[in-house]
Amino acid sequence: MSFRGRRIIEALRDVSFDVAAGEFVSLLGPSGCGKSTVLSLVAGLRAPTSGKVLCDGQSVRAPVTSAGMVFQKPVLLEWRSALGNVLLSADAHGMDRAVAEQRARALLASVGLAGFEHAYPRELSGGMQQRAAICRALIHEPTRLLMDEPFAALDAITRDQLSVDLGRLFLERRPSVLFVTHSIPEAVFLSDKVIVMTNRPGTVDRIVNIDLPRPRSLHVRQTPRFGGFVEEILELFVAAGLLREEGGGVRAGDAAA
Amino acid sequence: MQWRSIARDLGISAASLVVLLLAWSIFVQSTGVKEFLLPSPEKVLATMWAERSTLLAEAGITAWETLLGFALSVAIGIPVALLMTESRLAYLVGNPLIVGLQTVPKIAVAPLLVVWLGFGLSPKVIVVVLVAFFPIVVNAVAGFRSVDADMRNLGRILGLGRMTFFFRISLPHSLPSIFAGLKVAMTLALIGAVVGEFVGSERGLGHLLLSSSARLNSLLSFSALVALTILGLLLYAAVAVAEWLAVPWRRRVDESDVMGGHSG
Repeated sequence: MSFRGRRIIEALRDVSFDVAAGEFVSLLGPSGCGKSTVLSLVAGLRAPTSGKVLCDGQSVRAPVTSAGMVFQKPVLLEWRSALGNVLLSADAHGMDRAVAEQRARALLASVGLAGFEHAYPRELSGGMQQRAAICRALIHEPTRLLMDEPFAALDAITRDQLSVDLGRLFLERRPSVLFVTHSIPEAVFLSDKVIVMTNRPGTVDRIVNIDLPRPRSLHVRQTPRFGGFVEEILELFVAAGLLREEGGGVRAGDAAA
Repeated sequence: MQWRSIARDLGISAASLVVLLLAWSIFVQSTGVKEFLLPSPEKVLATMWAERSTLLAEAGITAWETLLGFALSVAIGIPVALLMTESRLAYLVGNPLIVGLQTVPKIAVAPLLVVWLGFGLSPKVIVVVLVAFFPIVVNAVAGFRSVDADMRNLGRILGLGRMTFFFRISLPHSLPSIFAGLKVAMTLALIGAVVGEFVGSERGLGHLLLSSSARLNSLLSFSALVALTILGLLLYAAVAVAEWLAVPWRRRVDESDVMGGHSG
């Protein structure tokens, strides 16, 4: 990757936040606010022009290979089966093959992919592919999970299902999660903490703590407290000029992305 | 179900060949065209059978030149493609050379090669490399370049080294594109071998074709021509089979289309 010869644009300014151990944190903002850039900085896939990313007190200078990462696209290798794709990560982390295969099968089964272990990615639907990608990110039981708009390309129902599944996987394992999204309800539903970012240069507008009890079912989205969080975040975007109101006030229901 | 559909497809292709031969035969009989201009397919086939040991021996030589040149093209072409993908400098230096070399008419270079290298095997092999190299490099470069940023980031977050990344991700990802190049290269390689034989040789199907037509022995010319065609089909089929074996994940495409998407 090279940025030579391009105009340098200030992408981020004063972005500062912490992710505690076992905490689910979402980076929420409109496209172009630099939330994915923040994630790749945290992953060590990109170096900051100034400032630093600290991980367990250490400055991040190289790709954080101990982390699990899920991209917006599944990025499965089309020549490997679902199981083979999960095992690629196991091999890369030097896991014992027999142990890894057993764990990979269990992991695939836990996200509803039992019976599809030997299917090639192109034989799977988009949602199934992304589930396999999540299994690949979790196979080595990482303490940090980085997710870059993993559900953005999926239909609304598949998205809901995957949100519920991710909530369960998170509760079972309790890694620290940094989750990038542009959907307000998705961020509120999944997170302990939502970092609201606004545009150009991307900057942290506010950090909203979501203290809804876990496990959360989809019905939590109908509760007044959930609606309150959504509204609070929505107002931030309105105040930043990213959303314009028409007529009366903003209702929580309008936030569905 | 798969084998039956394969058999049916082969049957259709074979039938089209039979129809072509029939049309040729009918044309020769109805127009009464002279045999030295266009012999009938029956006579050509009879001649081929009578001359089978000669044809096989000459075909073996041409096949050897073709395969040797082809193998050399792969052995040089794939690393060159990799180098041109990884290094911008190598691309800037290599690309005009390769395109330049490709635009030089090989038939014009071949006599020079004979002057330099004599009448042996090497000038033929070199002509083969000159024609087969280009499609291999171009398609391999296209394949390697289609490894996108997401795949590179996946490799980086998994901590894969350069070599591991190449063999685990870049190479298998590029195989379909590489094989597209190999198929074109194989058919060109045979043409290269024949061109090499035309210019200076005592052996091979190209030489047989040239010497028999010089003596107006059309039956033998056509026999050599048909033998060349069969050789070309066999060589092409060998690459296609290799692709079928090396790229199994592209085989099931039709079935998955039939199955449709599973609900996610």
